[in-house]
Order: sequence, then C-alpha cells, then structure tokens
Amino acid sequence: MNSDRSPVVLENVTVSYGSHPALRDVSVAFPEGAVGLLGPNGAGKSTLIKALLGLLRPAGGVMHVLGHDVAKSPLAIRARVGYMPETDTHIPGMNAVAFVAYCGELCGLPQADAMQRAHEVLFYVGLGEARYRNVETYSTGMKQRIKLAQALVHDPDLLLLDEPTNGMDPKGRDEMLALIRDIADRISVILSSHVLPDVEFACDHVVVLHKGVVATHGPIAALKGDSARVFELRVKGDETQFVVALRDVGIESDGESGDVMRVFVPADRPARLLFEVAARHGVQVRHFRASVPSLEDVFARALGD
Amino acid sequence: MPIHDQGYRRYAGERRGGDRRWPVIARAGIIERLRERRFLALLLVAWLLFAVRAVQLYVGTTIVRASFFAPSEETFHSFLNQQRLFVFFITIYAGAGLIASDRQANALQLYLSKPITRHDYIAGKLATLAAFLIAVTWVPAMMLLALQVLFSGSLDFVSSHPRLVPAITITSVLQVALASMTMLALSSLSRSRRFAAMLYALVTIFAGAVGGVLQTATGAAGWVLLSPQNTLRVVTDALFGIEPEIPVTIALFAIVALMTVCIAVLERRVRAVDVVA
Repeated sequence: MNSDRSPVVLENVTVSYGSHPALRDVSVAFPEGAVGLLGPNGAGKSTLIKALLGLLRPAGGVMHVLGHDVAKSPLAIRARVGYMPETDTHIPGMNAVAFVAYCGELCGLPQADAMQRAHEVLFYVGLGEARYRNVETYSTGMKQRIKLAQALVHDPDLLLLDEPTNGMDPKGRDEMLALIRDIADRISVILSSHVLPDVEFACDHVVVLHKGVVATHGPIAALKGDSARVFELRVKGDETQFVVALRDVGIESDGESGDVMRVFVPADRPARLLFEVAARHGVQVRHFRASVPSLEDVFARALGD
Repeated sequence: MPIHDQGYRRYAGERRGGDRRWPVIARAGIIERLRERRFLALLLVAWLLFAVRAVQLYVGTTIVRASFFAPSEETFHSFLNQQRLFVFFITIYAGAGLIASDRQANALQLYLSKPITRHDYIAGKLATLAAFLIAVTWVPAMMLLALQVLFSGSLDFVSSHPRLVPAITITSVLQVALASMTMLALSSLSRSRRFAAMLYALVTIFAGAVGGVLQTATGAAGWVLLSPQNTLRVVTDALFGIEPEIPVTIALFAIVALMTVCIAVLERRVRAVDVVA
C-alpha cells in the first residue's frame, strides 16, 4: 500500500453498529486528487466517511487523515477537512450567507474573513443571487449547493462528499460535477456515490466497497482495462447452464439479462473459449461483439454480480 | 491568462487554533434570539419589576415618611423569587429549540463535523440560554443593590448585610444553571421545540402542583423535592436566612442529582450519529 502521499490511509479498520459490522477489516489508501467511493446502498460508504471524521469510533484498526491519527487528533483533522453530508442539513433560522460564515467561524476563521469567504464561496457554487434567502426556503438542488459551500468555506485540504448529486436535476447535477472536478484540481476529494456515471466523470481513482469490505480499488482507467476484455453476447438455449459453464472456466458475466449479456474474458483466456463452451452445451451464439469496458463493468465484477 | 479566474480559490488568511469554539455558538444563538421582536418584548417585560423596585428603593431611601419601603434582605429575596416567572418564560422561549431545532434540521452532524467537541456544542447552547437568564436575575438584582448604594450615598446597607451579594449570586447561578440544564436536556430528547417546551412546563408546573397537593395532604415536607423549583426555593431561603422546610443539604443533593441526570441525558443525546443497536 503506497501511503506516503495519501491523504487518507486505513489499516484493518472495523466499524460496527452494535453487533452489525458496517466495515470489516478495511485496508486501503486513498490517493491525492478525486477518488470515488463506490458501493451499493448499505456497503459502508457513509460509515467510512463518518469514521474518518471521528464521528464513529472503530472497533479496530488505525485511520490516518492528512497525516493525523483519527483516534488521537479528530479536531485537527476536522479543521482541515470539509464534509458535505448526505442528508439535508442546515442551521435553523439563518440565511445562506450567515450560515456559511458561521460554519467558517466554527472552523476557526476570524469573523470578518468568514463573512468575506462565505460570499466568495456562495458565488462559486452558484448561489450568489440567493445568498440572503433563508436556507429553509431553498430547493433540493440549492440545498446541495449550500452544503458544498459550508464544506468549502474554511478552504479544507480534503473534501468528503456524501452523495452530492442526490435529488438534483440533470443540469444541476452536471454543474455540481463540474464544480467537484474543478475543486479536485486544487484539493483532494473523496466522492461517495452509488451513481457510477457521476464518479466516472469526476474521479480518477475509485474504491469499491461491498458489504463492508473493499471489493476493488485503483485508477479507473487501469481497472477498466485491467485483466479482462468485455464482449456483448446474445445466445439461444439454456442461458442458466451457459452462465454456470462460463463461470466454471473463469469467465464472469453480468447474469442473464434475457437479451444481451456482457461477459468478461480474462486476459489470459482466448475469446474463442466462449464459442467452445456454447458448443459444448448446445447453445447458439446469435450475437457477438467486442465492447468498451465501463465503470459499470468494474463495479459489476467487483461485486461479483 | 484569464482576466478573472472563476475557479476555486484558496483562502490565505488567518486561522485561529485552539479548541474553544463555544463562544461562537453562544454569540450566534444570542444574536439570533435578539432579532425577534417578541423575545425583546419579553425581555423588556422581565425588567418591569426592576423598574418598580427601583422606584420603591428611591422612595424608601430618600423620603423619610416612606421608610417602610426601605430595602432589606427580603426585598432582594422576594425580587429574585418574583423573577422566576420570567425565568420560566424565557427558558421556554429561548431554550426549547436550542437542541431540538438542530436535531430537526440535522444540524448536529454538521456542528460535530467541524473542529468542535460535543462539550463545546453543549457549552455554547448552555451559554446562550444562561446569558438571557442572568440578564433577568443576577444583573437586575445587582443593579438594584447598586441603585440602593447610589440613592443612599453610602455602603452602609451592603456592609451591614455581608451575605447579600453572595446570596444573590448563588441564588441566581443556581436558578440559571438548573433552568438551563433542565431545558437543554429536555430539548435534546425531541426534534420538536414545542414538545420540549411542553416537557419543561410539565416538569416545572405539574411537578410543583403535585408536590404541593401531596405536601398538603400528607403534611410531609419532603414532597417539596418533587419539584425542582420548590427544591431550589429551599436553598434560596437558607441563603437569605429564612428557615427552610427541609434540610438544605438534602435540597442541594437533589439539585446536584438532577443536574447529573441532565448531563447524562445530554451526553447520550448529543451525538453526530444516532446508533440504533
């Protein structure tokens, strides 16, 4: 694990809610830049983020954020980290600029600087015109933007974003992703999401969590081109038996779709093997086409679906 | 090179170190409350009694024929007792939503994701309410004392009643601490400020009424402990030299026990993540 320049390093981290383990013996280093934290609902993404902030105490393991041990210096970490939570959240009774400035002050900015920075950040996230409105009157998209603003106001060195595009319309979603991309040029970002295209657009690296463990991680480009070629296949015959037979020879597929299935042929196996297996089981191959690997394929393979 | 870079810009200014952020929370809470006209009106009404007492002091110290208005320890004791009504209303108005509203807006995780501790958060909220309560108890009582000195032109009254300043101070501190801690703990139990307000009213009024009825029915003075306010009155009476209904140590123990329960509730309820195991 190359952790010299990693803003976040986890070693054998286990976090449990009562008797239910949400993260199990997780060891991974997040590189600098934008890293996507992927996983289905309940995979442990939000738990991981909360543990990094010191809001949840792990049952075991060590976490380092920006060089600080989370167990020993949670406040030093929180001073340098910006957190955008998944749920709607605001300070009641404040307008946007007062709210963001208040968050800046809570992070240690002097009062005047916090106010100036709040104006700056609100313009940056596209809320300049609405900055004197009460946050409670904001639309869902605006609430997402103001959550980003409060996370940015103290200029953190690491930004933790939990489902930042939830509930946004397509235009707002594109703008939010463009902002994240821009921010990631200057500071490290961990983007937790289950929306694969969002992560693919905004991030260079990905960590895939599944049932509390790291299913796979690495640069997206490498993972997409890594170890397997992808083919689209349509067959006639006993698909279930065919899929099982493919698995027996080390070829994964995305299951029986009823139409076109995507199969992942390992680099060390010839594509011809598909036809051999089909012939052996009396299955006709009606459609065969080489495809471009996507993050969805990486995700599907990592999750073993 | 662009004329104006619209990309993300970093902050190069000063950052304050240290972990003591509770004054920021307290200041924001106080400012927010003072923006409400209804609350300002309530504060103003809470000072009406001070104005009446000030006139009474002036008359009592400057007009010989009105010497029955002359101040005594009882003047300050009864003033603080009368202010309890305003302590009750201000506690409900300014305190019920302190944590309940934050819980409703999911603000707790926001606060605790910043470099502040749970203790900072609680201290900030506590200071918000305590500031208003001190403003209607200790501050007017001490100002009355100062006015007495001013009107009489001597320190004779203060020096002949050496326990008055400590009694006013301890009574006010206990009154403020008890009301603030109880309200804050009750506010942390709910996401609704109205529900928290009802709980506080129940604890204050209902417990007092039930305690009074039981005391009358059984003749046992110990029922006074059922009501925090009546328990506090026992201590206050002792501080002003009035014979208390029950031993003051028991009343003090009951107050400390109630505050311990409040701290335990706050410790359990003020968390960024609710874990339902």
